[in-house]
Amino acid sequence: MEHVILPAWALLAYLASGVLFILALRGLSSPATSRAGNRYGMVGMAIAIATTMATQAPIPEGHWWPRPTPEDLVILAKICAAIGLGAVIGLTTARRIQMTAMPQLVAAFHSLVGLAAVLVGLAAYLNPHAFGILLPSGAISPDSRVEMGLGIAIGAITFSGSVIAFLKLNGNMSGSPILLPLRHVINLGTLLAILGLVGWFTQDESLWVIAAITVLSFIIGFLLIVPIGGADMPVVVSMLNSYSGWAAAAMGFTLHNTAMIITGALVGSSGAILSYIMCKAMNRSFISVIAGGFGAEASTGGGAAKEQRPWKRGSAEDAAFLLKEAENVIIIPGYGMAVAQAQHVLREMGDLLKKEGVNVKYAIHPVAGRMPGHMNVLLAEANVAYDEVFELEDIQGEFAQCDVAFVIGANDVVNPAAKTDKSSPIYGMPVFDVEKAKTIMFIKRSMGGVGYAGVDNDVFYMDQTMMLLADAKKMVEDIVKALAH
Amino acid sequence: MDFISILSIFVMACFVGYYVVWSVTPALHTPLMAVTNAISSVIVVGALVAAAAKGAAASSGLGLVAVTLASINIFGGFAVTARMLAMYKSKKKG
Repeated sequence: MEHVILPAWALLAYLASGVLFILALRGLSSPATSRAGNRYGMVGMAIAIATTMATQAPIPEGHWWPRPTPEDLVILAKICAAIGLGAVIGLTTARRIQMTAMPQLVAAFHSLVGLAAVLVGLAAYLNPHAFGILLPSGAISPDSRVEMGLGIAIGAITFSGSVIAFLKLNGNMSGSPILLPLRHVINLGTLLAILGLVGWFTQDESLWVIAAITVLSFIIGFLLIVPIGGADMPVVVSMLNSYSGWAAAAMGFTLHNTAMIITGALVGSSGAILSYIMCKAMNRSFISVIAGGFGAEASTGGGAAKEQRPWKRGSAEDAAFLLKEAENVIIIPGYGMAVAQAQHVLREMGDLLKKEGVNVKYAIHPVAGRMPGHMNVLLAEANVAYDEVFELEDIQGEFAQCDVAFVIGANDVVNPAAKTDKSSPIYGMPVFDVEKAKTIMFIKRSMGGVGYAGVDNDVFYMDQTMMLLADAKKMVEDIVKALAH
Repeated sequence: MDFISILSIFVMACFVGYYVVWSVTPALHTPLMAVTNAISSVIVVGALVAAAAKGAAASSGLGLVAVTLASINIFGGFAVTARMLAMYKSKKKG
């Protein structure tokens, strides 16, 4: 096989950048080391880019330094312009984006990796010589064809899937699941057709095969994500994260590049683990999330059979009074807090309470929000110290000593039906034991709407529950005003 | 490198990834996604090879577009991760 043999220093450099990427993820084991980790990642990327540029430089036999022709300089200028353009767009976006829009941004970034993988795969097909994947016979080597086909397929699925996820998260497309008839048959058929075509590609390297793989993969990415509803997005975003890694790994196989293979494996397993954690936190199987449609039946059916039960409404002043008197307060934020942008005023409320000697803690459910860790970032943005923020299993035991459980924009994650009602769609999902708290304050827009899963919540009707019906931000602002008096 | 060596690196890296990612604190799962996104743009290596090659206009054109897309991700991904990580503060430091 006529593989381009890279010089030893280049191979070592790629290995070094792979190791730096491992250190980048390793740094995230604690917020204290995370910033250094991110810098390792940047250095790793700089090494990978510089190495590639150097190995592509036109150094004639017997020379140590590039002897560029005008044509080479034009190519170099174009590449620098492309990188510069990307840098400007990327940096501006990163600076301007609101923290609440982070899930959309991540989805958008995933789509770009996917599309880049497709383009690189197609470029390798069109110019196999440059990628060193030609056999002496002039054909592309069969194993490279498989890698290329798979890379393009995964990349295309990542791209179109992420575009749909972006549209749903950004509100350009309804977050509720859209169900096509016979979708499971269509999806399975399309997937099998793609695999069949990748197999066929080893025998026949015509353009139509690679084109068909690309088009079908774009379609299947679209079909796979469309039926999945808004609150299942944490799983979807993690899954697409994983796919973007596998796409990079497949391209790494084509190029025999260790940096790409190590990175692909890291990102692929990272996304897979996050999907697993998210599924476990909802007590749902990965298959059932991917099959989609969750919450669709309940939100259309419901209503009629609902009984009218008594519940208590509280005012901001009532809430402020009780909060001030409390010893321990646990705040449980959910997606509603992000929508209302209430994180800053919530932190203000926490600070005022702390001044009154109240012990304030934040409790975060793994699937709160629209992506893993979404609530943590928002609280960090609002200047809440990370050592006041607790995971489900770490704080669960404290509700019995808790005077006020303050639920803001969350619903399903505090629904006791998950523990008691076997017929509930959320049965088995780990939830906060808020009912053990002396008082529960529940901020909600109105009594009409129910959580994403479309199930009623017994917490609303408990004796110790005070319903605070208003926009989350407005309500917390009023509580802050009342506290300040 | 032959296929088996590459496959070995890949399999080992999957294991490394598995253990490293489990040690990531859940509070940093969003930055984890942002930074994995940035590093998966190492696909830029392939894009650069395509863009730098001579004699195939279509291929180098696709390569240049891919370089641009991957660069958006690299710069945007690392910058947004840095921005998020800068916000995580501990109680002691205030």
